[in-house]
Amino acid sequence: MKHMNVVVCVKQIPDGDQSSYKLDPSSHNLVRDGKLILDESDSYGVEMGLQLAEQAGGGEVTLVSMAPGSETSGLRTALAMGAAKAILVSDPALAGSDALSTAKVLAAAIKRAEPDLILTATESSDGYTGTIPVQIAEILGLPAVTFSKSVTVSGDKITVERQTEEGYDQVEVPLPAVISVTAGVVEPRYPSFKGIMAAKGKPVEELKVSDLGLDDASVGRAGAGQEVTGVEPAEARKAGEIVVDEGEAFQHIISYLERIKVI
Amino acid sequence: MALNSVWVVVDRSADKVASVAFELLTKARQVAASVEAVTWGDASGIAEQIGAYGATALHTVGDLGGGLPGPAVAAAIAEKVSGGSGPDAIFLAQSYNGRDIAGRLSARIDVPVLTNIVNLSEDGLTTEHAIFGGTEILNAKFTGSGPGLYVIRAKSFAPEESGGAAAAVDTWAVPELGPVGAARIVSSHVEETQGPKLDEAAVVVSGGRGLGDAGSYKLIEDLAKLLKGAPGASRAIVDAGWVPYSHQVGQTGKTVKPTVYIACGISGATQHMVGMKSAKNIIAVNKDQEAPIFSISDLGVVGDVKKVLPQLIEALQKRG
Ligand SMILES: Cc1cc2nc3c(=O)[nH]c(=O)nc-3n(C[C@H](O)[C@H](O)[C@H](O)COP(=O)(O)OP(=O)(O)OC[C@H]3O[C@@H](n4cnc5c(N)ncnc54)[C@H](O)[C@@H]3O)c2cc1C
Ligand SMILES: Nc1ncnc2c1ncn2[C@@H]1O[C@H](COP(=O)(O)O)[C@@H](O)[C@H]1O
Repeated sequence: MKHMNVVVCVKQIPDGDQSSYKLDPSSHNLVRDGKLILDESDSYGVEMGLQLAEQAGGGEVTLVSMAPGSETSGLRTALAMGAAKAILVSDPALAGSDALSTAKVLAAAIKRAEPDLILTATESSDGYTGTIPVQIAEILGLPAVTFSKSVTVSGDKITVERQTEEGYDQVEVPLPAVISVTAGVVEPRYPSFKGIMAAKGKPVEELKVSDLGLDDASVGRAGAGQEVTGVEPAEARKAGEIVVDEGEAFQHIISYLERIKVI
Repeated sequence: MALNSVWVVVDRSADKVASVAFELLTKARQVAASVEAVTWGDASGIAEQIGAYGATALHTVGDLGGGLPGPAVAAAIAEKVSGGSGPDAIFLAQSYNGRDIAGRLSARIDVPVLTNIVNLSEDGLTTEHAIFGGTEILNAKFTGSGPGLYVIRAKSFAPEESGGAAAAVDTWAVPELGPVGAARIVSSHVEETQGPKLDEAAVVVSGGRGLGDAGSYKLIEDLAKLLKGAPGASRAIVDAGWVPYSHQVGQTGKTVKPTVYIACGISGATQHMVGMKSAKNIIAVNKDQEAPIFSISDLGVVGDVKKVLPQLIEALQKRG
């Protein structure tokens, strides 16, 4: 293939790990009012997209993201890595969207870019449903290969190593296709200073739900076919004995294993 | 409203029924009057097994011809649902294929999907999800019409036979898939492991980035072997290429529930903990006293894995 236009879906998520996340007490949605950052899981897709476009000897990476508050911080990070441009869908009507509505919005945005290949992460760090990539593929009428740990292009066909319970399958898929990649599929580059400066001037097209030809009522809380009915603390597991090793700690492990009759 | 009928998608790995299928069938029986199963590939060979866990019928979409299960199974189920003969709920495993089928089906019949379910209410209508590393339980339910798609984590329910007769087998036609069905499996690779399977072993010894280098994973394998257990891993060392993905324990990896889980050089990230915190006993070795893994460990050893593990291995070898 002489030219390869890649769309990479990138999610912009709250900074910090899951243990620092908060749910809004009334809506039970994840609080996303602070600055959002590029989901690290998506940096692999961005890198993969850049490498595939380079290998093809032409083409570019377009980012697609749905995020509240016209957030672009995470997009800027990916633009600084080398993506050419971005489409951002931001609309108050999207608050409370479930995975399927999110996929509908992303699919409609992706379509505008007419890509040869669509890359996503296998699952987002904050939502981790892992269903959005296949939902996008089904909506767009495309094949998908999920959980890809290696991706190579030959002609207009892609060969993927897809994780399985016991190992992996080698899967071939014609383009266009949706591919979800695992962390570790490639080593993401760090944005250079030049990249960061260039990112500031790269185009970010911001769209509303209506621009995508979708109905407000089919997305967001209005369109969600599921609701959170409550959140409660889980039964806590208590910390037990702590031993500081001074050369004898292995004995404690042996005694413990004896006590539980493992040895 | 209650659940009257449930379909369970029976996941297979290679030719074997995945154990999670029996867990889902058992739960389906507890919450619904009628349970049927859907699978791909040969069905007659497993009809007895599936029936023994309570499904009266086993529908197969037949041979996939090298295609992935997702598009074919989703399309066949969607056709039944659109034709008005769908169930009240469909249970799928939170596995590679389970998620593919659920995602495709969800988009095809325009119903939402709830993922990462770890428990269900007695009537099967309310789902439980372990969030934030399992420190909180979130309850949810479907509000719309159409069968709810329940994507359930392995090891959430204990499998129990019902003593039912072999399930009645039939084949469901797959509608013309077009481009969505275009991916083809050209070859399958099994990463051989010795000893018990990771998700079935009574003892799991897992290693993380604290091992320092790929070569030190041998300590994990040796210890696992001495304890007749299985070696596992955190995602950090899987991504680094030290061990195959099939070793990964956690949110994206396997859920394990062994008698004892020994975490070596693993910090205890939320995504790791959801995959192992239901172990009966947890032992952790980590040089950082503040490592989160210690908050859920029954025995925590603050120390260097490269010192503690060789001593432990040697002592166990001496016992013979
Ligand atoms: C969407 C998503 C899904 C994920 N799914 C999973 C999953 O399924 N499974 C999973 O494991 N992770 C998963 N992760 C990754 C997870 O967040 C952590 O990054 C990962 O678990 C960290 O692995 P680790 O504990 O080996 O490494 P680190 O967090 O780097 O911890 C290494 C630990 O080793 C200790 N150490 C260092 N040297 C020594 C020594 N000599 N002796 C003793 N201790 C030492 C350190 O104190 C530290 O606590 C996921 C992340 C995301 C975003
Ligand atoms: N709001 C979003 N914007 C852009 N990409 C997204 C969004 N939500 C999900 N994705 C993509 O879909 C993948 C799977 O998401 P999830 O289904 O939430 O686990 C993510 O890792 C992203 O690549």
